[in-house]
Amino acid sequence: MIESAPSATPQRVTRSRRSARWNAVAGAVAVAVLASLPYLVYANVTGVLVNLFILLSLATLWNLLAGYAGLISVGQQAYIGIGAYAVFVLADNGLSPFLAIPVAALVSGLVAVPASFLLLRLRREYFAIATWVVAEAVLLAVLRSDSLGGGTGATLRGLSDLDPALRQAYTYWAALAVAVATLLGTYLLLRSRVGLDLTAIRDNEIGARSVGVRVALAKGIVYFVAAAGAGAAGGVLIISQLFVQPTSVFSVQWSAYMIFVALIGGLGSIEGPIVGTVIFYMLQQTLADRGAWYLIILGSVAVLMAMWVPRGIWGLISDRFDLRLFPVGYFLHPARGTVKVKS
Amino acid sequence: MVWVNAIVQGILLGGLYALFACGLSLMFGVMRVVNLAHGDLAVLAAYLALAVITGLHVPVLWSALVVAPLFGVVGYAVQRFVIQRSLDVSPLTTLLVTFGLSIVIQNVLLEGVSANSRSLPTGWLASASFQVNSQLSIAYESVIVFSVAVVVLSSLQLFLSRARLGRQVRAAADDLEAASIVGVNVRHVYGIAAAIAFATVALAGVAFGMYSSFDPAAGPQRLIFAFEAVVIGGVGSLWGTLLGGMILGVAQVLGAQVDSSFGVLAGHLVFLVLLALRPNGLIPARLA
Repeated sequence: MIESAPSATPQRVTRSRRSARWNAVAGAVAVAVLASLPYLVYANVTGVLVNLFILLSLATLWNLLAGYAGLISVGQQAYIGIGAYAVFVLADNGLSPFLAIPVAALVSGLVAVPASFLLLRLRREYFAIATWVVAEAVLLAVLRSDSLGGGTGATLRGLSDLDPALRQAYTYWAALAVAVATLLGTYLLLRSRVGLDLTAIRDNEIGARSVGVRVALAKGIVYFVAAAGAGAAGGVLIISQLFVQPTSVFSVQWSAYMIFVALIGGLGSIEGPIVGTVIFYMLQQTLADRGAWYLIILGSVAVLMAMWVPRGIWGLISDRFDLRLFPVGYFLHPARGTVKVKS
Repeated sequence: MVWVNAIVQGILLGGLYALFACGLSLMFGVMRVVNLAHGDLAVLAAYLALAVITGLHVPVLWSALVVAPLFGVVGYAVQRFVIQRSLDVSPLTTLLVTFGLSIVIQNVLLEGVSANSRSLPTGWLASASFQVNSQLSIAYESVIVFSVAVVVLSSLQLFLSRARLGRQVRAAADDLEAASIVGVNVRHVYGIAAAIAFATVALAGVAFGMYSSFDPAAGPQRLIFAFEAVVIGGVGSLWGTLLGGMILGVAQVLGAQVDSSFGVLAGHLVFLVLLALRPNGLIPARLA
């Protein structure tokens, strides 16, 4: 910022405008309402919402990777599967599956560390397929492992003595907790120094490196966080299905969902994946009895959006109404009026 | 002798992977585009070949002569109307768009031809082989595919180094702006490169359909094999790609020799180890 001559009202820089505080209040109210839903609606509604929260978490993390760190991964399903199997193994050893979710997130994150050393040195284009190779290798290793049930899959133990209604409510809260933690974590990460590093890398990677931005570290942190979050989502997935099947949990279809949701909603904004998830579910419900058609339509829409509306639906909304629910940029308040300097 | 047999089969299989990979390598070398729908295009080509074979009652090798030029035309169009537009948005958009295309192709095939796995009828070729000795026999099929791969790679190399259009392709790959200043129609040249890439992937798809069965979801694995061959050999080097394909093929066949379910995983592991040790590939070179 340039030092300005002394004036009656000095310039100020803030992270948000006043309206953002109301956003925070509205967010807290929304979470409270969502948290009370198991008391208010039938289990089939919360069941749908569990899947929605899982997808929201995954799409948010994928957007963190692609939209902010420029890392296009089509192998995040590796960490979903690792998280799911971690919960299975921990529950088998007597830990409550719900308490196992954070441990599963940690396990996925720890697996991502050595993988990131291999993957992050690749050019961005090759990073994409290499993540896919890692996911395939993990799948093939699981298929060969008899203790994990091989190709037939594994059934989660430790929840059978729980009342089904209670189990569904707990599952719902776990899914909500993971989604909220993902959104909040992404928001805080982007407002931290790492977020600033990522912005610099996005604008000019070589330039950022030359002024001392820790490029490898910033990307490594994002990759770790995305893997850990995918692990937590995988943990919720096995709890909600009580069963894990390797070819479905490690399916590249997960990547398709995340990518389509993030692309349609809007890449590079926290709000985008939320919008995208809602659209995804509406499309899926409308076309539920038409087999693979919803993926064909969704894929075509995502391709067209990527080509013609790269910032997605949220990009259109936020441009039109100058709206930001999760302000991660800075606002400059000069003597008069408000000017936004960075988003 | 079992091991010698495995190595020979692996090398021949490597030819197929190199055939797969050269389109991927070319598109990356020229346009910096990694086509994530590469494998699905190969599967699509195999289904088209099947339709040609059953519809026109021609042998499998003739079907390739129909499918490959058709794919060349499609490739030119896809490059001009889809990939070029994505390139103009940002390089990363090409990844997202081709990934979207991959999912769309898979699901259109799923709707259109069902999830059943199919294979191309090869007639007398299926069982024909020549016996080197009692334990080593080589199928004609694999020799044909390997020879096609070598011929395609050699002609591609010749085209790029000698032909006028090939030189324009290299110029566009080297320096886009300088090439357009001296009169190269870059968009057309990109279209030509994509047309060649699509035609080779169609050939590879037909060849793969002769080797093994395929279903609508088989594309990603083919993409991964092609990609592994490219990276092991060294990005942008056509002969490196052939070497990479052979290493991958040998690793898979040897792995399968140890345990039948270990083959593909062994290939992935060799790839990951080589990636850790030689991130620039065994023959780091530029295509252009």
